[in-house]
Amino acid sequence: MEYVVITFLCLGILLYFLLGGADFGAGIIELFTSAKNRGKTRKTMYQAIGPVWEANHMWLIIAIVILFVGFPHIYTTMSVYLHIPLLIMLVGIIARGTAFVFRHYDAVQDNMQEVYNKIFVYSSFITPLFLGIIAGSLISGHINVHATDFVAAYIYSWFNWFSVSVGLFTVALCGFLAAIYLIGETNEVNAKQRFIKKAKFMNVAAVVFGIIVFIAAQQDDIPLIDWVFKNNIGLFAVTLASLSLVLLWYLLLKGKTKILRVLAGFQVTMILLAISYAHFPNFIRLKDGDSISLFSAIAPEKTIYSLGLALLLGSILILPFLGYLFYKFQQREE
Amino acid sequence: MDDFIAARSQMALSLGFHIIFSCIGMVMPFFMAVAHYKWLKTKDEVYKNITKAWSKGVAIFFATGAVSGTMLSFELGLLWPKFMEHAGPIFGMPFSLEGTAFFIEAIALGFFLYGWNKLNKWFHWFTGVVVGVSGLASGILVVAANAWMNSPTGFDFVNGQYLNIDPIKAMFNGAWFTQALHMCLAAFTATGFAVAGVHALMVLRKNNIYFHLKAFKIAAIFACIGALLQPISGDISAKDVAQRQPAKLAAMEALYKTEKPAPLLIGGIVNEKNKEVKMAVKIPGALSFLAHGDFKAEVKGLDQIPVNEHPPVAITHYAFQIMVGIGTLLLLISLIYFFNLIKKKSLLDKKWLLKLFVFAIPLGYVALEAGWVVTEVGRQPWIIYGIMRTKDAVTPMPGIAYSFYIFTIIYVSLSVIVTFLLYRQIKMVPVLYTHKETKIKDS
Repeated sequence: MEYVVITFLCLGILLYFLLGGADFGAGIIELFTSAKNRGKTRKTMYQAIGPVWEANHMWLIIAIVILFVGFPHIYTTMSVYLHIPLLIMLVGIIARGTAFVFRHYDAVQDNMQEVYNKIFVYSSFITPLFLGIIAGSLISGHINVHATDFVAAYIYSWFNWFSVSVGLFTVALCGFLAAIYLIGETNEVNAKQRFIKKAKFMNVAAVVFGIIVFIAAQQDDIPLIDWVFKNNIGLFAVTLASLSLVLLWYLLLKGKTKILRVLAGFQVTMILLAISYAHFPNFIRLKDGDSISLFSAIAPEKTIYSLGLALLLGSILILPFLGYLFYKFQQREE
Repeated sequence: MDDFIAARSQMALSLGFHIIFSCIGMVMPFFMAVAHYKWLKTKDEVYKNITKAWSKGVAIFFATGAVSGTMLSFELGLLWPKFMEHAGPIFGMPFSLEGTAFFIEAIALGFFLYGWNKLNKWFHWFTGVVVGVSGLASGILVVAANAWMNSPTGFDFVNGQYLNIDPIKAMFNGAWFTQALHMCLAAFTATGFAVAGVHALMVLRKNNIYFHLKAFKIAAIFACIGALLQPISGDISAKDVAQRQPAKLAAMEALYKTEKPAPLLIGGIVNEKNKEVKMAVKIPGALSFLAHGDFKAEVKGLDQIPVNEHPPVAITHYAFQIMVGIGTLLLLISLIYFFNLIKKKSLLDKKWLLKLFVFAIPLGYVALEAGWVVTEVGRQPWIIYGIMRTKDAVTPMPGIAYSFYIFTIIYVSLSVIVTFLLYRQIKMVPVLYTHKETKIKDS
């Protein structure tokens, strides 16, 4: 059963990254859209993510519940040493979620809209940035459980070159995912072109920040290169990701939208796999060289068993319903 | 500000905020389902409009409730890591099921809000019902987790170790049913009175009378049934608490000395230093009856409980008085309303009854919050009753006061914005939902 639980944890994180990420990305795209096109972008975006956005964010809840029920030691270590970035991320989630709904459901359309917009776009940027920082910090080996002073324990744990560059990389990936997603959501030629342009821009940004992540890893003595290139799975995943990048640009130039989505999702999955495979099942790398692994932090058997059962039962109920939701609201304009 | 106090304040603030939004999110879908059903059956446009108007409110509340709930699932760890480290695997079962229920609720809400004219009309109605049922299930599950903190079971506590964990047994702990029942009824009562009151106000102002009267009736019936049933549930809870958490009961009634028979105290001013209550109305033997079903039974006072295990008496006592007082008042309003309903008298001739409902708009929520204060403050100094103290669970990170300030600002501004949005929604009713038909009916 522990593998069922771990699979769901990985799935939860991955899907949050892909769906929630595309969702954040939509805000990032809005942030980088010129004022005159913003209204249109917003409209496409609302149609695209309106019905599904609440569901997209449930994956985070699933992942966090699995962590605190099944792997309490990991959850509490994160909560203590990454308190500050978690807090900022949460503030971002609150601001973003409410602003998104408020701007749509405000019965009077006046200059309050601008306020909601501002909050929405900036929090769409901040939230994935800190999400990436948290992810980076978990593997950065900067979490120091022996530290006695405030700065060493609660600031340097996440404020370092590596974590911050992973954060920026995440932002670029989210923007990229969103742009690819939005291309398929509009039938208007100009809008399509605009999103294709955005997708290219975000893709370049992702590649640039990806390289910066490697440089930062070198700077911070993190064996990222070894992880990615010195084992077969990692190498394989990176190769596939790079190959799909070439294919992606080709398709982007051709304007094929449906396959693009699959490919972009695949590419991001491969990147996550390449980074995380080498140190699986270790979840948190600590400053003293120790790691907290999923297996060492796991809850007692009975808990894992009932958690696994709850997840399986839940997915039987959720997945068909969710699939139908996505399906139903896909066939919009046709 | 002391870190421990800051952490407790932040938790209280977050929960207090979340409770209101989640209650609305779990109760309103049932109101909508009724209105929606009536629209499908009677084809009276007004019911469709009521459903749509309410659904906008629900979307706002649901989103706010969802983010504040997400926040809480992190806050448990951010503020109480030592509690979560041990409690997570034991009381996590209801949370993992709640995740599923909440997920289904979000999906169903997506269908419901965006499904007008896109789905089969009965499937569309059904998705609305699913929103309500899964919302209610989430509520029950979360309360079951809280009940475990009051009545910890499903593990053996040996030398500070938590052994033989049984999450299923922990979920069905001794308090889950009484607490969940009390909470659900409270949610229906509070939300029902708030919604009915707003519509009553609009009727009094003579805006879209037909629309608001219909909406009023749906909400008021739910609210009044809840208010009538609540005393029964309260009685079950009191007997339960008397047995399991005598310290909490003693604090609720400010019973410093063990008495046989024990009187029921109404009101009064608590002096925690001198351990006495002044100016309270005493009903002889009533507490014995409420706690043990016998007018002569002994009720344990705080003198039988070690001083370092005493909850704050004054706060618990006052909160309890507020809860019971408001509960009684709402019960009376409900009786009057039902009497009126049976006699088929028009509300338009009974302005004072409508005014009573307007007066009751915030009362249900005040009682609900007071009830939470009773159960949470009454459990102190424990976070897991009898097992772990709250102060031992708090995070080692200093400076929690700042995070408390940040959250205070966020929650205050969210409350202001949501109120503002609701005000705007209500103000727009005449513009959005006035039809020729209803105009004729209004006059």
